[in-house]
Amino acid sequence: MEKTVNQKAWFLVLPVLLLVAFSAVIPLMTVVNYSVQDTFGNNQFFWAGLDWFREMLSSDRMWNALGRQLAFSGIILAIEVPLGIFVALNMPKSGFWASLCLVLMSLPLLIPWNVVGTIWQIFGRVDIGLLGYTLDAMGVSYNYTQDTLAAWITIVTMDVWHWTSLVALLAYAGLKSIPDAYYQAAKIDQASRWKVFRFIELPKMMGVLMIAILLRFMDSFMIYTEPFVVTGGGPGNATTLLSIDLVKMALGQFDLGPAAAFSIMYFLVILLISWVFYTVMTNLDRKGA
Amino acid sequence: MVDATAQIPGGATAKGQARRSKVRINSRAVVMTIYLLFLMLPIYWLLNMSLKTNTEILNTFTLFPRDLTFANYATILNDPAWYMGYVNSLIYVVMNTVISLVVALPAAYAFSRYQFMGDKHLFFWLLTNRMAPPAVFALPFFQLYSSVGLFDTHIAVALAHCLFNVPLAVWILEGFMRGVPKEIDETAYIDGYSFGRFFVKIFMPLIASGIGVAAFFCFMFSWVELLLSRTLTTVDAKPIAAIMTRTQGASGIDWGVLAAAGVLTIVPGALVIYFVRNYIAKGFALGRV
Repeated sequence: MEKTVNQKAWFLVLPVLLLVAFSAVIPLMTVVNYSVQDTFGNNQFFWAGLDWFREMLSSDRMWNALGRQLAFSGIILAIEVPLGIFVALNMPKSGFWASLCLVLMSLPLLIPWNVVGTIWQIFGRVDIGLLGYTLDAMGVSYNYTQDTLAAWITIVTMDVWHWTSLVALLAYAGLKSIPDAYYQAAKIDQASRWKVFRFIELPKMMGVLMIAILLRFMDSFMIYTEPFVVTGGGPGNATTLLSIDLVKMALGQFDLGPAAAFSIMYFLVILLISWVFYTVMTNLDRKGA
Repeated sequence: MVDATAQIPGGATAKGQARRSKVRINSRAVVMTIYLLFLMLPIYWLLNMSLKTNTEILNTFTLFPRDLTFANYATILNDPAWYMGYVNSLIYVVMNTVISLVVALPAAYAFSRYQFMGDKHLFFWLLTNRMAPPAVFALPFFQLYSSVGLFDTHIAVALAHCLFNVPLAVWILEGFMRGVPKEIDETAYIDGYSFGRFFVKIFMPLIASGIGVAAFFCFMFSWVELLLSRTLTTVDAKPIAAIMTRTQGASGIDWGVLAAAGVLTIVPGALVIYFVRNYIAKGFALGRV
């Protein structure tokens, strides 16, 4: 649809602009402010220039957290996207069972994040949790508070449990929009199941899949509550992802300067990757329209 | 054309297809059963625990409560310190949903209908706020709302959550509004409708499902968020998810009550899902299918 040029449309956007400016720009400016200053208490601040940025860039702490964060986001995307598509392909198309699947699948999405953490913390415990107890009874040594691998498996499984449904629901919405004629044409051409998926279903799902990947990337990159409740960032620092590290630094140790510099670089990384996704997505949108 | 050619294959193939589709339905059912089981087991375990006494939880391992008790729920529902948490959460979630929708509706209309200076940049800037990690904003928000005297009020949390809900609402609504032909607006203006009357009387009913979906997402992300709502509250507006940490007493964790509180946080989400179940599939595609 071509749009009319109308500068008065700014007035319609104004409320959003004011609200978001209040709740985003002012706090962000505070962060920028801290990132270039040093303080010795008593509200006395000194200009520190880019020292904090230099310090953070040369310390291993941030790089390690970033590495763990990238690994985490990569792993969960690699599991959730294919699994979500697979589940969507197997969902019933209509009727009672479809509604039931939709309702049950959305349930994990609406559980407060620390309750999600609590559920998995309990579920994995060897003494009182079903998963931990079963694994223990089978002779598998599993202890997510002591063992790095077990901790990672736990938080990855938790995220898959929590968010795969979002990908599946989006893919399902894309699948439902494919007209029957496409499938009939494929049948006439005697296309294999794989070809139907590759040349009909996948291209039609692409738009919503990009939304799913974008949302999952953003949310997994700023994940805090769930892994914090389960592992507290441990054992050691094994599951200290970026947000957990940042909160430790800012609210725990009150190192405002480094934390602020950290925040800004953290935000920039997300922004950069999301911008790439967003550009790809809008290009796809335009091609589809 | 498609119909005519589709009838060419003989009866034998049709029978073969029927057999194949039967097998496929069964394999689908197996996949969905396994997936739903995976989703439901941790939730079942929480429910199971909430109906047990602490002695049973800690001393015996049972798949269903042997000594069925509702005492854990009674503890929560009889203590204002507990149940006010639910009231607080619901108050700020509803406030946030209303504020987000009211400011997002005109903005989304502007983005979907008009071209104006900087519209594309503005739209992406709005989305970047959805990408901002709450951990970055926790401390600045704390200082901002303390300095304007809004600390520990419901409105503070509601405004803070606007940071990520307003951009999301604009994004969703814009998708739905794009689907409404522009001729409708033009006809209404010719018929002498003012912008306000047209918007409320004609346009909003047309995108009612979009508004419902946007409201659902705002509710969802405000309800599940904890980091900001916990940072901005101490007593009067403390959300239920933060109160749950109270169960860690001197004598260890009160597992039964913790589980019961967890189950109760799932209830509002489950109710909301039930009401919007028919829109979920389309809604998750944000109107872009």
